[in-house]
Amino acid sequence: MSEESNAIKQRNDRYNKYVETVTPKTSIPKALFHSFCIGGLTCMIGQGIGDVVKVAAPNLSTDMVANITSMLLVTIAILFTGLGFYDVIARQGGAGSFLPITGFANAMASASMEFKTEGLIFGTSTKLFTVVGPVVVNGVVWSTVAGLLNLWILGMY
Amino acid sequence: MGNVWQMIGTYAIVFAVGGALCAIAELLIVRTKLTPARILVIFLIAGIVLEGVGVYDAIFKVCQAGISVPIIGFGASLAKGSIQAARTVGFLGAFSGGLVRTAYGVGAAIVMSYLVTLVFSPKVK
Repeated sequence: MSEESNAIKQRNDRYNKYVETVTPKTSIPKALFHSFCIGGLTCMIGQGIGDVVKVAAPNLSTDMVANITSMLLVTIAILFTGLGFYDVIARQGGAGSFLPITGFANAMASASMEFKTEGLIFGTSTKLFTVVGPVVVNGVVWSTVAGLLNLWILGMY
Repeated sequence: MGNVWQMIGTYAIVFAVGGALCAIAELLIVRTKLTPARILVIFLIAGIVLEGVGVYDAIFKVCQAGISVPIIGFGASLAKGSIQAARTVGFLGAFSGGLVRTAYGVGAAIVMSYLVTLVFSPKVK
């Protein structure tokens, strides 16, 4: 009886050891470094686009320059998603590829492309916000709260 | 010549700050059970809070695109729009301001996603 359970225990140990050797090890420092580089690079591209827009159209307001910059960044990211480049970056970049606004655009475009087969209305149009929905909803709700709180605090003085 | 050095400095700060924020997000993924969607929402709300308490502009002046390109900038922009509209329009403005201010980027993202979907099909893996 005890011999049998011992054998089972040994088999399980061997199996667990085997699983450990086969599972790919994700090295945390490496993942952090990749995220850092991809994220930093994305931000630098954003800064570069902003600087170029500022030079190209010097009489635009700062807000408008920021708007054009985010529109260009989003457009580039979505084009990259369509061409299949973004997946290649995202495989290495981890958080570096989804935390910037380009990741937001990529999530939208890939969700809408993935459900293209289900039709443009019930596929693409319905699923466009599946991934970014939480961001938009929480953003609108909490920014409204921020605005109302600001008004309330101003009203007290 | 001083201008060039200043620009290099700005870009170095942008790279360092943007990269550090992404590394923090990556660390949260690796070390905790948080999903990317939750992390995005956490950073977004962080941006709203930074703008709400009024320190975002000071950070932005130093970090530039390093803080505005990550989703924190989106949150801050939403909050800034809402707060500004609340001050000028009043109670109702708080509901519209955030969306109005971020409409350029969100509108472009929706239209471009739709167009790209019409043109391309997803790659079969």
